[in-house]
Amino acid sequence: MLAFIQQIVSGIATGGIYASLALGLVLIYRAMDVANFAQGEMATFSTFISYSLIEYAHFDFWSAFVVTILVSFGLGVAIERLLIRRFEGAPVLTLLIVTLGLFTIFNGVTGLIWGYVFKAYRGAFPSTPVQFGGLYLNTQDLGVFAVVLVMLLLLYLFFSRTKAGLAMRAASLYPDSSRLLGVRVGWMLALGWGLASTVGAVSGMLVAPIIFLDPNMMQAILLFAFAAAVLGGIESPLGAVIGGVAVGIVMALVGTYIPGGQDLRLAFGLVVIVVVLLVRPAGLFGRAAVKRV
Amino acid sequence: MALLELNDVVAGYGPTTVLHGVSLSVDEGGIVALLGANGAGKTTTLRAISSTVRRTGRVVFDGHDISSHAPENVARLGIAHVPEGRGTLGQLTVWENLQMGAYIRRGGVAKADYDRVCEYFAWIPERRRQVAATLSGGEQQMLAIARALMMRPRMLLLDEPSLGLAPLIVQEIFKIVRAINEQDKVTVLVVEQNASIALQASAHAYVLEVGRVVVSGTSVELQKDEAVRRSYLGY
Repeated sequence: MLAFIQQIVSGIATGGIYASLALGLVLIYRAMDVANFAQGEMATFSTFISYSLIEYAHFDFWSAFVVTILVSFGLGVAIERLLIRRFEGAPVLTLLIVTLGLFTIFNGVTGLIWGYVFKAYRGAFPSTPVQFGGLYLNTQDLGVFAVVLVMLLLLYLFFSRTKAGLAMRAASLYPDSSRLLGVRVGWMLALGWGLASTVGAVSGMLVAPIIFLDPNMMQAILLFAFAAAVLGGIESPLGAVIGGVAVGIVMALVGTYIPGGQDLRLAFGLVVIVVVLLVRPAGLFGRAAVKRV
Repeated sequence: MALLELNDVVAGYGPTTVLHGVSLSVDEGGIVALLGANGAGKTTTLRAISSTVRRTGRVVFDGHDISSHAPENVARLGIAHVPEGRGTLGQLTVWENLQMGAYIRRGGVAKADYDRVCEYFAWIPERRRQVAATLSGGEQQMLAIARALMMRPRMLLLDEPSLGLAPLIVQEIFKIVRAINEQDKVTVLVVEQNASIALQASAHAYVLEVGRVVVSGTSVELQKDEAVRRSYLGY
């Protein structure tokens, strides 16, 4: 029984990582109804920037963290303004292909600059096991989870309490009406990309200490993040976090209790996506749009 | 002096031209009605002003040539367009709709502005937290006008405020539009199919037919005009 609970606890910890990347996916989906396949690779690129700041410019972790967040925000905004904007009003499939293109570009550029050798990345939190009522927790996992919760809280406050957050929601749901009220809708979309890129950078810097840094590190995680976002209802930040935790737990249990489960984890991630889309396409927290006819 | 002037405006959607050279002017402080049958180009004329349709020709507002302004910049100059379909931000609450109305104003919703719209629409305070899509059609139309007022506009463009509403509610809305015009000094350009109520409320009117102005004059003259009466007033 204790072993079972231990698996759930470590599932929750990995779920925090999925949740953080899923948050980024949700932000862009909310802004422009498109799944950003480049989310993971952008996060990896940002994480490498922080790596260089720490290793070569001798920043301490948190200074590098802050600088990386700012750079990533600018990068996200620039991608929307310079590239995505040109496809305004294009079909979703076109945008999807563009994000796939971004995926390959970021992956290639990261490899070109930093190479494909796995690098150890010293993260924010020491990896010390703590025993808690017979269960083993890891300070690093606790730290990751705390950061994810803080991020969720900040996003919630931003969207519900600030003028820019409200305008972003209005601009993504009702672009035409928002323009008539003086909202610069294009810049709101850019802000969405900036935020998503920032959230992705945070998840990259959280995951790198756990799995080593390399240009492909986010690819498997991206699939689980998609599963988490879909399970949570793709438009709900809270849903993304709860979906992330749920996917983390399922994967931990699959890896332990199903023969060959460790190798089939990716397949199970896909199973989660397919089952959710079949059984409950709106996910756990997606709401059907309120309509009055 | 004219607050708004359209000079030979041509506009349309894709390959279809809807306005074939519309010229009109709206004096500061008045209510002007734009009448016409379905498809005459009334809505497109408003969209040409707020720049939400592709157009050529000159549009001048308060001395600024806004012919090549983006919609958000037209709004920022003080033109509040309540579009066809009311532009309700349906998934947001009533209060959030008003906040978005005040988006271009520093400091958000001003207390004086809010009190003002609550005077016009007494139901707003108790329904502040209601999701706008669940309001009735009349309430959504009123919310759209309230939202526009939060911009403190110099000019209000109203697209068929009577559409789909019960006659009593239409009367009430036009009463409020007149009050807004007189007390808040907002110039109004209103598009209507309901010609009789529009002519009662306005001082001046234009009649559009297939994308051209065919008749214009004071509303009193137009009410007496034989052709206008037969085509648009129905008696």
